[in-house]
Formats: sequence, structure tokens, C-alpha cells
Amino acid sequence: MQISGAQMVIEAFIAEGVDTVFGYPGGAIMNVYDEIYKQDKFQHILNRHEQASVHAAEGYSKASGKVGVAMITSGPGFTNAVTGLADAYMDSIPLVVISGQVPMSLIGTDAFQEIDAVGISRSCTKHNYLVTDAKDLPRILKEAFYIARSGRPGPVHVDIPKDVTAQIAEFDYDIELNLETYKPHTKGNPRQIKKAIEAIAKAKRPLFYLGGGIINANAAYEVRELVQKTGIPAVETFMARGVLSHDDELLIGMLGMHGSYASNMAMSETDLVIGLGVRFDDRVTGKLSEFAKNADVIHVDIDPASISKLVNADYPIVGDVKNVVEDMLEQVGKIDSNNYESWRETIINFNELHPLTFHEDTERLKPQWVVKRVGELLGDDANISTDVGQHQMWAGQFYPFTRPRQFVSSSGLGTMGFGFPAAIGVKAASPEKISINFTGDGSILMNVQELMTAVEKKIPVINIILNNNFLGMVRQWQTLFYDKRHAETDLSVQPDFVKLAEAFGGIGYRVKTKEEFDAALKDAVEKNVVAFIEVIVHRMENVMPMVPSGGSLFNMMLLEKKGDK
Amino acid sequence: MTEENQRRVVSVIVINEASVLSRITDLFSGRGYNITSLTVAPIPESKYSRLTIVTAGSVRVIEQITKQLHKLIPVLRVYEHEDMVEKEMAMIKLPITENLSDINALCEAYNGKIVNAGENTIIAMVADEPKRIDNFLNAIKRYNPKEIVRSGAVALER
Repeated sequence: MQISGAQMVIEAFIAEGVDTVFGYPGGAIMNVYDEIYKQDKFQHILNRHEQASVHAAEGYSKASGKVGVAMITSGPGFTNAVTGLADAYMDSIPLVVISGQVPMSLIGTDAFQEIDAVGISRSCTKHNYLVTDAKDLPRILKEAFYIARSGRPGPVHVDIPKDVTAQIAEFDYDIELNLETYKPHTKGNPRQIKKAIEAIAKAKRPLFYLGGGIINANAAYEVRELVQKTGIPAVETFMARGVLSHDDELLIGMLGMHGSYASNMAMSETDLVIGLGVRFDDRVTGKLSEFAKNADVIHVDIDPASISKLVNADYPIVGDVKNVVEDMLEQVGKIDSNNYESWRETIINFNELHPLTFHEDTERLKPQWVVKRVGELLGDDANISTDVGQHQMWAGQFYPFTRPRQFVSSSGLGTMGFGFPAAIGVKAASPEKISINFTGDGSILMNVQELMTAVEKKIPVINIILNNNFLGMVRQWQTLFYDKRHAETDLSVQPDFVKLAEAFGGIGYRVKTKEEFDAALKDAVEKNVVAFIEVIVHRMENVMPMVPSGGSLFNMMLLEKKGDK
Repeated sequence: MTEENQRRVVSVIVINEASVLSRITDLFSGRGYNITSLTVAPIPESKYSRLTIVTAGSVRVIEQITKQLHKLIPVLRVYEHEDMVEKEMAMIKLPITENLSDINALCEAYNGKIVNAGENTIIAMVADEPKRIDNFLNAIKRYNPKEIVRSGAVALER
């Protein structure tokens, strides 16, 4: 059929099964918004900032497993969205982001709201397109969705000049894609898998190192089976929280800079690292030369460039984690879980020596208690988003995750302001779950305008603001490494968060005690409205354990024993 | 693995489309890799172009370069050359007052000759292995070259 470029965008979304688009209109994208107005196949959520649109699409994608979609205009609309693109690129989140561009005849003339969008997005997307003719649009849109979701997922940006959205051309979406230069490798090499299984069978202290790639591959339940059948202990990255359930006896915990003592010690003592969907990020490994020093490494990942990038893989397996783990499960009989009995005991001893915990305080609430308490009260009924900073690490450490896609956070890029819009996207994707955003008094102000989005669309996100009147994580580093010179991190001057929420039509609570917190959370859940629960927490609490940047995993700063002070 | 920097030649076959060259050069600058020289031209009777990139890095860096190049969507193939024939071309502008027969003889030793003569200057060209081009450019110094242009290397696996 002969339709306009703008109509093609709508038709492609419908064909791809898109049910929610996050965005913000503007001059160069108006033709497409005109078609959005005319259709009723998907909902459009108007965020109040383009960055929030992309984060909402990320949250939507992480919670649903589908491609997230955002739409923005040219110039500042696009540049506002760049942080979201970069965030999705770092965390391998499949997105299609459509931006308007000035008409073709004006490109290169420094026109109003013109910016070289594909030039900017090139280094923070998996792929991008500048569409120069509407006849290419069906193919480009189909490729964009395919590239975003296949292989190692990532954001794809499609920049469409205004005259191309007006141009009439033939639309046929039933085309076969023929991407001869892009063929992701999904099946693991059987010989390598066999060798890996043999290595596991021979190892004395093997350790699963589970990463976010497992969630992307929808392989969490296969991995749970593999862990259970082999009896091999496992550590999770921050990205992998929820792959194993928190009560799985073989789950040691989170590893890395703020990983548990037992997790980091296990990684330091293991003789065989079994890395699944991981990328050996510096926040995980600490000092590379000391990381898993005496271990061989099995590394399964869909991205060949991740393998042996930082840590040499003795058993490299390029493939989709789900396929590879299924293949491994077929040979799991060769592995005797009894062999690892003493290794499991060693780890139990690590845990008893320095369990992941915190000290209660009689004067002020501890932020860790808040996270734990939400876990006790809501547990599996909640999806958890976070902003970036101390609260983020406490959420990763103390929330009792039970399932994959329960936890959404900006891991790689560490984007403050991510949490609230992401939690809106999460709620849009799974309305049956309570959407909680753990945030800080610093982070929440970076996308606080999303109160309007959530209130308008009746998306009841509960923001739990752990307020320590500090930019807490930076303050922690200043306390520990800058001789307590707290440069520009004291956030004593603050808005009234209760009134702020109310000003937008939400509901606000300020709580100082456990009883008040329980009552506020219960009330917010029952009222099912957009909420701020401001929790006044201990100002100087540090995230512990901590591996100082560039240090070895086994050299942790630990929680002081009670009475040490 | 050796951490020493070594010179490597990488050939990349890419779809000949808008901004594909930027994708390649952005990758090198964004990840802090070196480009010593880069040549690019369409492959006849195909929709592809061939780039030849001379780079330097440790074994691990070179491995990353080839893998990261592979990850770019329009990249069809990446050759990290081991056993190759490698050639480069250079053109030199010299004053016409220099000894032309000596210059011609020197050029011939490097598969070249004088290819243009104007009122005041001549242009000579040579085509040889990059190392030998270095030698030639050293030798030609005595004839007061006014301008030198090197093409960058191209290579074919044997």
C-alpha cells in the first residue's frame, strides 16, 4: 500500500506488536505524532523530558523482555535522549528510538533544531540510520527491531527527516531481511562445551559467575537447573540479581566492589570460573591481575568481543547463554556434585565469618533496614527499580529477589535520574506488580518532573527516597579517600519532598521510624497512587563491604564489628 | 600474551554506504586504538568497499580491534593479515633543475618513474613495500623534494 513515511512508522510499530511508546513531540517529528493521534492500537506515554522517555522505554524493555520504543524530535529533543541511548548501550537493552530530523533540504545548513544526530549516536548505539527516502523505511524499521533484539541486544536509533515522514511510498512489512553482514552466533561450539564440562568435572572449587546476559537470553530458569544439578556455588553480578532466587542455598551473593565477603573470597579462591553472560566489568573484577588468580576461565557470551577482552578465557564459548546452558544440561551427568562438598563448606565458613549485614541504630533508620523491610512486606509482589548511588547498592545487596526481570537499574553507565522513569516503564510493562523505585535525595531530583507523567497516566510508582542529606556515594568516597573533605556533596538544603509530590498530584510521606515507614508503605500500596516516601536515614552510613577502586577483590573494607567505634 | 606494540595490517570489507567510514574511525578513536594509515576504495562490481588499516598494538588490543570491527553491522569480513603482499605508493614533486636521469634511476629501483613534467617541477612516483618507501624517501631527500604524498598501504593475503 502507498502511505506516508509517518504512517509507515505507525504500521511498523503495530506489526512489531508495540503496545507502548514513550516520547515527546516537537517540530521535526510532528508528522508522526499526527498519525499517533489518529490511531488506537498502542498507547503513547508523554514523559516530561526526552531523557526520561528513553529510560522509561528501558524499564519497559527490562521488565517485559520486549523491545522498548521511544520517540523524540530533532535537535535538543535528540540530545536530551543521548544519555538514555548510552545507558541502554552499556546495559545491552533492546530499544528502537525514532528521532525527527530537519527536512533533507536543510540538513547541513545549521537549521533550527538541527544536529548531526546519527553522528552523535554512532558511538552509543548498536546501530543507527539516517533515512533519506521513505521507500527504505519499511526495511530500515524492520532491521532496527531485529538488530535491537538479536545477538547482544542494544539500542538502535532511526533518524527521519521531516520531509521523509511526509513522503508517500510503497509499504510492505512482509519483506525478508537479508543482512549478510550481520549474523549473530547463537549456537555454542559443541566441542568447546564438551571440554568445558570436562573441566568442571575435574575442578575442585568451581564457581558460577552469573551475569545480566542470562536475563537478556531468558535463560534464568535453565541456569537455575544447571546450578542445582551440579551443586556448584554461584555469585551474581549486580545485573544478574534475580537469576537465582535469594533463598537458593547455592547463591553466595553479589560480587564486586560492594559484593559480599563470601562472594569476593569465593571468586578469589576458585579454581574454575564459569562465566555466563558476563563481561568482567571493572566494578566486578577489581584489580585484574589478582582476579580469580588461580582459576581457569570458562566464558560463555553472545558477544565474541567480550570474550578475552579483559580476562583470558581458557574455554571460550560464543553463543546464546540459553542454548549453551541447555547443551550443558544434557551432559550434566558427568559432573558429581559431591566433589564440591568441602568447597561449599568453605563458602559457608566465609559467610559465617563476615555475613552481609548492617548495624541497627536507635536514633535514625538505617537505609539497609528500609530495603530489607520492603522485601519482607512486598517481596515477590514488587518490581524494583533504582537510581544510582548508595541506595542502589543497598537495593542490590539486601532486596530478596525471587525472579529475573524483577530488578531494573542503570548498571554500566550509572545514570542518576534513571530510576523514576524506568519504574514508570516497568509499571507500564507489568501493571500487576507494585513498582518500587529506590532512590536517593540526590538522584530523585534528576528526573523529578516524571511525577507529572506518572500522575497524568495514573502509573502508581512508589518512590522510596532514602534521604541522608548527602550525595551519599560520593560522600562515602570523600570520607574514605579524601580525608573527609565533603566537597559539594552536602545536600542539606532540600525541597519539601512531601509538598513536591503533592504539588504534582501525588501523595507524599515523611517517615522517621519503623512504624511510620510500615504505615506509609501500606498506605501507598493500598491507595495505588504515585507516591514519594521520604525516609530520613542515618547520614554517615557507608556501603560495606567495599573493594577500593583498583584494589583486589579479597582486600575488602569490611563492616566494623559492633563496638569497634 | 605479549604486551608489546606491534605493527599489524587489517583489511576490512564493508558495505559501501553512507557513514560507514565514520563508524570505523569512531571505533578506533573511541577505544583508543592507533591508525597509522587507512585506505579505502570500492571493490569493483560489488556493493562493498575494502579498507586497509595499518595499526599498532599488543596482541590483546589487535584481537579486540578485529572483534570490535566485526561487531559493526555493515562489516562483512575482517582479515588480520599474517602472510601478505603489501604495497604502498608515493608521489614526489621535485624541482626540474635536479638531475632527472638520476631521479628516474632511483625511482626505477622502487618500481617507479617520472610521471609528469611541468615548467618548474617534475612529479615522480614509486610503488613498493612501505618499509622500502621509507628508504626511498630517505634517498630522494638529496634532490630537494618540494612535496611528498604517501597513499597508505594496501595488502592482499597470499
